[in-house]
Amino acid sequence: MTALIEVKNLTIQFRTDEGLVTAVDDVSFSIDKGQVMGLVGESGSGKSVTAKALMNLNARNAVYGPESRITLHTEAGPVEVLKLKTARDLKIVRGGAISKIFQEPMASFAPAITIGDQMVEQLRLHADMSKAKAKEISVEMLDRVGISDPSRRFGQYAFELSGGMRQRAMIAMALSTKPKLLIADEPTTALDVTIQAQVIDLMKDLVNEFHMGIIFITHDLGVIAQTADKVAVKYLGRIVEEGPVREVIRNPKHPYTQGLLAALPKLDDLDAPLTPVAGDIPSPLERPTGCVFHTRCPKIVGDVCKTALPHDSRVDASHRVACHIHAEVPA
Amino acid sequence: MSETLIKARDFSVGFKIGSGFFGKQVLKAVDHVDLDIEKGSFFGLVGESGSGKTTLGRALLKAVPITGGSASYADGEVDYDLTTLAGPELKDYRKRAQLIFQDPYAALSPRMTVRDIIAEPLEVMGLTKTREETDARVRQIAAKCRLNLEHLRRFPHAFSGGQRQRISIARALVSGPKFVVADESVAALDVSIQADVLNLLKELQRDLKITFLFISHDLSVVAHTCDHVAVMYLGRLVESAPTRELFKAPRHPYTKALFSAIPSLDPDDRGRAQKLIGEIPSPTNQPSGCKFHTRCPHAVDRCKKDEPMLEHPGDGHEVACHRWRELLESAAA
Repeated sequence: MTALIEVKNLTIQFRTDEGLVTAVDDVSFSIDKGQVMGLVGESGSGKSVTAKALMNLNARNAVYGPESRITLHTEAGPVEVLKLKTARDLKIVRGGAISKIFQEPMASFAPAITIGDQMVEQLRLHADMSKAKAKEISVEMLDRVGISDPSRRFGQYAFELSGGMRQRAMIAMALSTKPKLLIADEPTTALDVTIQAQVIDLMKDLVNEFHMGIIFITHDLGVIAQTADKVAVKYLGRIVEEGPVREVIRNPKHPYTQGLLAALPKLDDLDAPLTPVAGDIPSPLERPTGCVFHTRCPKIVGDVCKTALPHDSRVDASHRVACHIHAEVPA
Repeated sequence: MSETLIKARDFSVGFKIGSGFFGKQVLKAVDHVDLDIEKGSFFGLVGESGSGKTTLGRALLKAVPITGGSASYADGEVDYDLTTLAGPELKDYRKRAQLIFQDPYAALSPRMTVRDIIAEPLEVMGLTKTREETDARVRQIAAKCRLNLEHLRRFPHAFSGGQRQRISIARALVSGPKFVVADESVAALDVSIQADVLNLLKELQRDLKITFLFISHDLSVVAHTCDHVAVMYLGRLVESAPTRELFKAPRHPYTKALFSAIPSLDPDDRGRAQKLIGEIPSPTNQPSGCKFHTRCPHAVDRCKKDEPMLEHPGDGHEVACHRWRELLESAAA
């Protein structure tokens, strides 16, 4: 398998009135063609900032670390995403080879422009085609994502569609340019369970059909278990554990991943007590020293957790964890 | 024998909307609901958006007008008819029945200290006479909600989501209510914090003998916290049963579909769910007969014409479906 996008040593800080705030800290991962990667973590873990960096979309006060690299492999050769500057060059990562669907479909469509006009506009921006051809493709995509009566919906505004339908239209729009990588930022969080199940099914079908890579950002481990091939767990800007979804869910190694799983109410055991992860996520202005999780960790092994940053240890070839408990004994 | 705190019969809430050609249209948000909430219980109310669960909760608090049926509140000290409650009695009911909001970021004034936020209901309702007395009550409830003195001096922006929700809870409970409606109270929280707030609510239910109406769309949360669960669809109550019974043997096709739509944590359990087609119809344009027939996999002609009533088979597991017995037998066979 060839990597579609490679992220290496990504560090992102934001200049604020209170000083530099670290949002993403030394994050590396890669996604292959046709692979679905889940990115899990609570609010403030830097999931969305990481995703935005892939499209070079972060605000102007973002400062990237000097060693940060994001490489997108296209047919025309590798593209260094963070080095792109002009709007013209950026088109490839903003709707060209990479598309994104957002959490709030209502906020992501312009309210005063019809769904159809918005779809046609972006198609014509990325591909040289006539209006009529763009309309044809858009209606076809709307049909493909299961919107009934697509040619009528094409002329409607976002407010005329129900929540589930809007999310489908959003997916249709993101996929109409045939991206190689789709970033789905909490695409089902605002939806009811029955609609969520439909959208998850739709996304699985689309992966099989278009063979694209997907980054699925969510805080819901159930959704990850149902969709992803591999999963990366983030806490305070760092990836604390990464591996195949089966491995990570059945055999979690990091105390934070274990805590997340224990906090989840399970339907097959109603007597099991709910165990919260103790304490609250620290403010990004007061980043803990050493392991970022040590302030809430129930399994601290000693002072080393408070002073030294744990390095990645291999559980096996594809499963890695950053925790002192699992630190490899130096040979 | 347990007592009933809230008893509603044919309970309806309608909103007049627009003025069409044929006069005003009425949106039936809650439609002829029968509900009994036992004293001291943790009663769950689930359903999709648009099912009327929030409206039902608010109407029981007299925060939206009740347009039909009857509802009563009896906590042993007072006995109120909620449809006619007014004046000093309504004021007294406000102390006894409170609401915890969904979004802890929007529910707290950013310009008040946590102490003032929690104390406000006491001052507005005139429950305390001196500042010392107010402070004592605030400290007492804050401690119950695991907030310390240091926290009370600060402003809400300094707190995380979980801490803010604990502040909202303290504010709702400071007047000493007997009945609390918790509307999606953990929906905005991260999983790691959610468990903490749920445990706190359960603790308060036990220690302060509070009856909770817990409104949620998250079935696994409801399964873990509630004693009894009612399922709503388009303003109607379609099923109601003790939690264990409901999760073990759901009777209504909608409840079954809801359960199977929950994403399983088992990666090998993919795609086995029986998926519902379509979405909840608009409440202004409701289907005839059984409101669920447009999405029901078992619908027959009768479902399109007659609306099923909530049946009480005598085992405490109520259901409104024409075919539930039949489906139960065919599943057993």
